[in-house]
Amino acid sequence: MIAAGSPAPDFTLRDQDGEDVSLADFKGRKVLLVFYPLDFSPVCSDQLSIYHEVKPELAEKGVEIIGISVDSPWAHKAFQEKLGIDTTLLADFEPKGAVAKAYRSYLDGLGFANRTLVLVDEDGNVAWAYESPSPGEFPGANLIFDALA
Amino acid sequence: MNGLTSSATPPLGPDDHVRGTGEGLVVYADLGCPHCAAAWLEITARPATIAFRHFPVASKHPRSPALHAAVEAAGMQGAFFAMVDSLYADRGHVDDPHLWARVERLGIDLERFEADRRSEAVAARVRRDFESGIRGGVTNTPAIFRS
Repeated sequence: MIAAGSPAPDFTLRDQDGEDVSLADFKGRKVLLVFYPLDFSPVCSDQLSIYHEVKPELAEKGVEIIGISVDSPWAHKAFQEKLGIDTTLLADFEPKGAVAKAYRSYLDGLGFANRTLVLVDEDGNVAWAYESPSPGEFPGANLIFDALA
Repeated sequence: MNGLTSSATPPLGPDDHVRGTGEGLVVYADLGCPHCAAAWLEITARPATIAFRHFPVASKHPRSPALHAAVEAAGMQGAFFAMVDSLYADRGHVDDPHLWARVERLGIDLERFEADRRSEAVAARVRRDFESGIRGGVTNTPAIFRS
């Protein structure tokens, strides 16, 4: 897991609509990167659903939330529609997991990222990071608000 | 209170929805959640004081917010748990006409029910429970705490 205080590695990935999104686009704003294993998995569905419910409170704190997994933009689009959420989902698809690896979230042997939350501050530095003990459980939204308090 | 930062789930309060007697259990549940429906039968069979707290996750169960508002509105006429039990017992009939049929069976006033379930007070009451669950670290439902 990347350490707090480190510069957040920049990246450019395609979102669920095929549009390029770069971390640099968020300069001057806080962004929460949510690395998760796979679209449509039960726990990932729960995680993104719960986080969607608290998006208004995150917005009040000036935080935008972005999901990142190794799935393709097409899978992200279908997943987003299935959940009825508008959270931006980025495809860490090719080279597979390169951004997750840069943030030391990738699980070698499993082929996807662990559940890792990375809060990037207005200057592009990692303000806080948290990695789940296992991909089978996800961090409660309360931990995000603790980090922002 | 500081937003949605971590906090122990609140102890039972006078305006919690409570049934039964025995050990205290606080249940965060989603009325659209099939796991909750199955667990509800087991939970309510226990000799326990059971508090039901709202935890609707609309993106997983789009009908949930309406159902939670409905039970809260039914509760304003003394039929909270009757409506909860009814909804969990028959998850295939949860649209508005089905709610109206339930209201008729439960003998509560439909006009008042309709006004109450759309009120800001009811929405705030449901959200209060949801937020207490978030602060307590609830990540899925049902989530059960001893009180």
